[in-house]
Amino acid sequence: MRNSINYLVTVASVLLPLVLAQTAAGATLTVCKTCALTSVKQAVQQAKPGDTVLVNGGVYQESRIEVNKPLTLIGKNNPVIDGNFTGQLIAVTADDVTIQGLTLKNVATSYTRDDAAIRVFQRSNIKLLDNTILKTYFGIYLQNSDNIVIRGNNIIGENKGRTESSLGNAIHLYYTDNVEITDNNVQGHRDGIYLEVVKNSQVRNNVSHQNMRYGMHFMFSDGNTYTHNTFRNNGAGVAVMYTNNVRMEYNTFEENWGAASYGLLLKDISNSVIHHNTFRRNTTAIHMESSSQLDIKSNDFERNGWAIKLMTTCIEDTFRLNNFTGNSFDVSTNGSIQENHFEHNYWDKYTGYDLDKDQQGDVPYRPVSLYSMLVERVPPSVMFMRSFMVDLLDSIEKVLPSFIPDQLIDEQPLMRRIDHQAV
Amino acid sequence: MGKIIKYVFYDIVRNKIVLAYTAFLLLLTIGLFSLGGNPDKAVLSLLNLVLLTVPLISIVFATTHFYNSYEFIELLVAQPIHRRKIFMSEYLGVACSLAGAFVLGVGMPLLLLGASVTGLYLLLTGVLITFIFVGMAFLASVITRDKAKGIGVALLLWFYFALIYDGIVLFILYSFSDYPLETPTLVLTALNPIDLARIIVLLNMDISALMGYTGALYKSILGSLWGISLAFGLMVVWILVPVLSSRRIFSRRDL
Repeated sequence: MRNSINYLVTVASVLLPLVLAQTAAGATLTVCKTCALTSVKQAVQQAKPGDTVLVNGGVYQESRIEVNKPLTLIGKNNPVIDGNFTGQLIAVTADDVTIQGLTLKNVATSYTRDDAAIRVFQRSNIKLLDNTILKTYFGIYLQNSDNIVIRGNNIIGENKGRTESSLGNAIHLYYTDNVEITDNNVQGHRDGIYLEVVKNSQVRNNVSHQNMRYGMHFMFSDGNTYTHNTFRNNGAGVAVMYTNNVRMEYNTFEENWGAASYGLLLKDISNSVIHHNTFRRNTTAIHMESSSQLDIKSNDFERNGWAIKLMTTCIEDTFRLNNFTGNSFDVSTNGSIQENHFEHNYWDKYTGYDLDKDQQGDVPYRPVSLYSMLVERVPPSVMFMRSFMVDLLDSIEKVLPSFIPDQLIDEQPLMRRIDHQAV
Repeated sequence: MGKIIKYVFYDIVRNKIVLAYTAFLLLLTIGLFSLGGNPDKAVLSLLNLVLLTVPLISIVFATTHFYNSYEFIELLVAQPIHRRKIFMSEYLGVACSLAGAFVLGVGMPLLLLGASVTGLYLLLTGVLITFIFVGMAFLASVITRDKAKGIGVALLLWFYFALIYDGIVLFILYSFSDYPLETPTLVLTALNPIDLARIIVLLNMDISALMGYTGALYKSILGSLWGISLAFGLMVVWILVPVLSSRRIFSRRDL
């Protein structure tokens, strides 16, 4: 009984403001082909602050819509706003704006104006929900704003036969705080999600694929959390730079395959957490430089070319409880000095034994092979991959290590693959 | 000439080693394909076989065969047949039967279970490798009359091309790592038929993405029709040089 009362109170407290907002604060203006209002621009101009503009199904050939008062712009029955490559579609110049359920398409490349489907400048409390954005230069472009929700948008560009510089980013954020980016699908742009100086934000459940450059790219964006995202088949993978206090968990990085491609590039990242991610079939799963105090735990590295490229500029990074299976090279590095720590990982190339049956190998494992060092130092020697001599040298070095960095060692490798799903 | 080739061929089939070789290849290929599940992986394992086992068996078998049929060769030389013809029929008889064994043993299951362009390249390079190493075996055999010495030379040749050469090149690359080495690497790999074969096959697998800039350079050269014909042309040169030089030695020397 008490529960149901609680429930009622909750429902009421959620619904009441909504109902009040609908009835008391604002009227609803409907736009359709046969209504009094036949263009979205007209409706937005006539609306008063707090009103709702309901756009009904149909194709509206317009652009440069300026939302300059708090409005809720909702699409019903899949309305399409087609810009016909005449400029930016929607510019938001007021706080408290919601744009939902619209299909926005056709924005031309504009090198000087950075035209986008939806652009927000110096505003707060903006919600962009369930929109479809097709063939635009930038998809969603926000700068100097805060308290933003970007949820459920499907942003698809066309990058076939185009150069990197003639493409914009699907979701582009600059100096924007408290952002929630969830459940979006972004593809076919330059960068899928681009964050520059974005703080205290959440990036969750997004799928970013087939972008020309990076699936996700962020710089100077401290204190953010990235979880359950999938980055697949992007030109160069995911690049994160000059940031600290980042959490990256349960993400999937896959099929970033190509001569200059990697799953995750970490440059100058510190004090961050990389847990429970899956790296599958990337040329380089993680490339790390100048990164310190990272906790890399419980990740799966499957069938990558290089699982980890660890430059000697990285210090105090910890690699624990990760699975390394089917990678051509597990770890490669460019020098002998190592101040990083490996423990309790599972390596499928480990050939040691476990006499006391504590599930930990009794002999340490050295994940860096002689050949991977050689390739790092003399790149042309990669042409001798799969040569019998190379395998022989690696085996000899494994028995009698003399060249490979002796500090880079897993003292207690696990005998069995860790099942991260079960944990 | 056709008659002698036929006789050599019958002789080889009768002593059953080639049949065993065919069966071995057949079993191994089928095993690899049914074990791995992934045809790409099976092709990769087959590549190791082609690069190590095929040269070894070709060179050892051809050398022993040459010495074993020495009396037959002497008999033929006494007949009014040109020595060149005798030599070439011996060579073609041995090389074709070994290549046939390879095509039957590896090619058939490969085409049936995992036909791909890479597989085709693998097959072609395997056949070429067989011809090259039979040629080298004949060169080793005509240099010396002593059977033990001949087999020794043959084994050394195999050892050099399959193992030592890569070690030497890696050492050179390491020592001169401060210089741009892309083109020298290209030249150095062309000087070893086994490396040539390995690279032709590897560049056609998706593993080539791992090879970065050098791989891209190789791919730009070997990826074109011109480049791939150049690579195969080089392998044909690798057949012609030992065969022609040993034929020359054979036709001039005192048996």
